[in-house]
Amino acid sequence: MSEHIEHGTQHGAGHTEHEHHVTPPIVYLVIFGCLLVLTGATVGASYIEMGVFNPIVAILIGVVKATLVILFFMGVKYSTRLTKLTVGAGLFTFLVLIGMTLSDYISRAWGRW
Amino acid sequence: MSDSTAIAPGAPEAAHHDHPPYQRHHFETVEQQADATNFAMWLFLLTEIMFFGGLFTAYLIYRNWYYPAFVEASHQLNIFWGTANTAVLISSSFTMAMGVWCAETRRRSGLVLCLVLTFLLGLVFLGIKSIEYSEKIEKHHVPGFHYSVSAFIDPQSDPEIYKEYHDKPMPLDMARHTELYFFLYFAMTGMHALHMIIGIAILGFMIFKARAGAYTAGHVTFVENFGLYWHFVDIVWIFLFPLLYLISRHAN
Repeated sequence: MSEHIEHGTQHGAGHTEHEHHVTPPIVYLVIFGCLLVLTGATVGASYIEMGVFNPIVAILIGVVKATLVILFFMGVKYSTRLTKLTVGAGLFTFLVLIGMTLSDYISRAWGRW
Repeated sequence: MSDSTAIAPGAPEAAHHDHPPYQRHHFETVEQQADATNFAMWLFLLTEIMFFGGLFTAYLIYRNWYYPAFVEASHQLNIFWGTANTAVLISSSFTMAMGVWCAETRRRSGLVLCLVLTFLLGLVFLGIKSIEYSEKIEKHHVPGFHYSVSAFIDPQSDPEIYKEYHDKPMPLDMARHTELYFFLYFAMTGMHALHMIIGIAILGFMIFKARAGAYTAGHVTFVENFGLYWHFVDIVWIFLFPLLYLISRHAN
């Protein structure tokens, strides 16, 4: 499924960088199909009455779609540990941003606007 | 002392190593350069996550505060156009990914075709967005001096929306807050559209360079990193679409 292109440079001990990974078109095509199906699913789900679960389902499907894009279209699955750590740190900081802000709002004037 | 001994061995041979013209001299290998550039691109995207994250957080808080206003205001959005635009954007992400593959496997005409398709799909997205925006302008739903709450105080005055949602009339003090929904709608989709416009401009530049064979001679970093940017813009829309268009369909 996957091919590797070497750039003809030395790969001696102590080199942490890895060879360039080329994702084959079939992977992109499958992910593209999944994304379209999930788009249909999220629209379909919005037509079903689920109460508080409507936004939860919508966000869950969004998270799955974003994960597919990040892992395959953006190639994080095949990238260096440094990139994986960077992406993880970004998502973590984003959750801290939302979590801390919400905890502040909820504990101060919630319901007294 | 230990520093000087650490640098000295191997220095004469490492100082002048052969490298392709696109490898900067301060990098040991092409892979190291590619990894460093990839890392830098992701750091830029992290700042973008924080930027859009702030807007999403604002939306989350205001939607909870002024829930009825946000629900009825979002009923004004057209789910058909939103879905179509999501499909268009996902397709453009796919053509961009294929463009990266063409560059990596040195297919020049394939790369140009992929970039042109991505460019065109980006324009289609903006075209659909402008249809939606013009509808908001006609209905006076753009925040500002001409903003009109009539569709929310008297939902039956907007029969097209009313026959689908049967919204109840809101008191004026809550109906006023629909303006906040549209402010966030224009801020979020507008910033997203700005990113699309910048991306389309860069695509235009890349198409010219790709025709000359710039990215199909082994140096694909620019195409790859632009791909990361384009997919990021796609991800922002993947969350904007359900949050703005879909989640309030049934909430009342």
